[in-house]
Amino acid sequence: MTQPFKIGDKIFQSRLFTGTGKFSNNALMEKAIEASESELVTVALKRVDIRNENDDIIRHLKHPRINLLPNTSGVRTAKEAVFAAQLAREALQTNWLKLEIHPDPRYLLPDPIETLKAAEELVKLGFIVLPYINADPVLCKRLEEVGVAAVMPLGAPIGSNKGLRTVDMLQIIIEESKVPVIIDAGIGAPSHAAYAMELGADAVLVNTAIAVAENPEAMAYAFKIAVEAGRLAYEAKLGQIQNHAHASSPLTAFLED
Amino acid sequence: MSFNSIIEKYNWDLVKESIYSKTTADVEKALMAEHRSLEDFKALISPAAEPFLEKMAKESRALTLKRFGNTVQMFAPLYLSNECQNICTYCGFSLHNKILRTTLTDAQIIQECEAVKALGFDHILLVTGEANKTVGVDYLLNAIRVVRPYFSNISLEVQPLEQEEYELLINEGLYAVLVYQETYHKEEYRTHHTKGKKSNYDYRVDTPDRLGKAGVHKIGLGVLIGLEDWRTDSFFNALHLNYLEKNYWQTRYSVSFPRLRPAEGLLEPKVVMSDKQLVQLICAYRLFNENVELSISTRENATFRNNIFKMGITSMSAGSKTNPGGYAVFPEKESLEQFAIDDTRSPKEVADMIKQQGYESVWKDWDKVFNL
Repeated sequence: MTQPFKIGDKIFQSRLFTGTGKFSNNALMEKAIEASESELVTVALKRVDIRNENDDIIRHLKHPRINLLPNTSGVRTAKEAVFAAQLAREALQTNWLKLEIHPDPRYLLPDPIETLKAAEELVKLGFIVLPYINADPVLCKRLEEVGVAAVMPLGAPIGSNKGLRTVDMLQIIIEESKVPVIIDAGIGAPSHAAYAMELGADAVLVNTAIAVAENPEAMAYAFKIAVEAGRLAYEAKLGQIQNHAHASSPLTAFLED
Repeated sequence: MSFNSIIEKYNWDLVKESIYSKTTADVEKALMAEHRSLEDFKALISPAAEPFLEKMAKESRALTLKRFGNTVQMFAPLYLSNECQNICTYCGFSLHNKILRTTLTDAQIIQECEAVKALGFDHILLVTGEANKTVGVDYLLNAIRVVRPYFSNISLEVQPLEQEEYELLINEGLYAVLVYQETYHKEEYRTHHTKGKKSNYDYRVDTPDRLGKAGVHKIGLGVLIGLEDWRTDSFFNALHLNYLEKNYWQTRYSVSFPRLRPAEGLLEPKVVMSDKQLVQLICAYRLFNENVELSISTRENATFRNNIFKMGITSMSAGSKTNPGGYAVFPEKESLEQFAIDDTRSPKEVADMIKQQGYESVWKDWDKVFNL
């Protein structure tokens, strides 16, 4: 069993967060999320019919284990994000928020300036803010200073399945961060998720790789055990990778003479 | 700068020749490339790529799944008016066509909205002809205000407007504008648009620039397939797309593939595009651009639509009426329509078909809150 961890006032057993997009139907999405044992599931406000109590997406996420993490996908500015967040809070009865501001609709890359602005305001408004950002260590510190509950740097462009292309920056973020680090976007295979956990990330968020697999339920389970394996390895202290063989006669031996 | 200054540097005949002289080796290179260029796109739409259709389809499907998932966005057109001062050789609304002309009143728009909403739609495309006195920007502003309570996402397919006019409409909640160039062949364009404001090629070709400057969320591009050589026209459309993406990077783009369909007493297509060639074109767009939305309408038949959405298409209309008032106000008056639709199934039947094939039909993917 891996150590539980905390974001805001919530304790999580599972370090695998999931999403709700791109599935071929909502029943399949529910099964996959169940198999993943995920406790935090992000859902795009724009996909939910908040005026409908029986919205099909939300209906399939009503499970005691699952906490909803509404996201602001679709907004282009801080102002729009704050407005969307308030609507999400009211409609979905949660002050948790995945802050996503990506004015670039092609690669959905997050806007650091607008994200920082919105995060500051949302924290003041009482939100538990989890911002989706590029793997920028300085931005992570700035977000931490304005009071976000965690940071969500990307491993590669969202939906790209390319793995941890930003690994050097992620390592700095993990080393320096005082808030949990959740690696979001780009994780395309369970091995990528395991690697993220071995590096010491607190959690990962996986959507596309599960949703578009031939068998999403089995893939969700594969991610679950990969995340657990990676975390266990991290907690058990991985051996250091050695770049050179140990010289049989130490270079500094002469100092002892 | 605008797209006109880019396209002026190209010579239609040379581009055409370069597409038709692409070889098997060029196609293979394009298929292998990680990032595909406009030259690769030319190879993929060329006759030399025809033997590679299955391979292109598989790759197109994989890329689309990765980016858009197992989903198809559903939308419906709502025709507000068929009044038109233009003469276009291919269009049922053309000025001299003796059809019943009508422009919907507020009460009629509401009646239509309720009917379309009852079919399940939440994304709506408002369509008109070009009659600036009766269906000018004031009419459109009012129409958006009337329609807005019913739909989360509003698109427009109407006459080209000024940047400031688009800004007004965007402020009222407009999300996307579709403006098809019809053909990028300047001389050919003039022969098909002999009278009315639409005869101004330069103004039309720069419309997406004005839209980009106005900050619209989405711009829809396309050529009317059948007017000119579809390969050459599609190259210019892809060039346009590339240019717009670089210049208006906050806007998303879609491409549609209208093939000329029979309309009231009008022109036969100059160039006929086969189903196979349409598949080739759709897949070529996806291979060229992983993120662009690709749309297919009810102009195409049911069998074609049942298969094509798995190879790159991301949005589909269903149960469409192409005459103003067609859903509820004048359900019988088919003579008003712009063109005949082929897939006449109801939205529910189309959604069931999509579901059977393991895809989800998405009805809502936007929220009014984002249009502030």
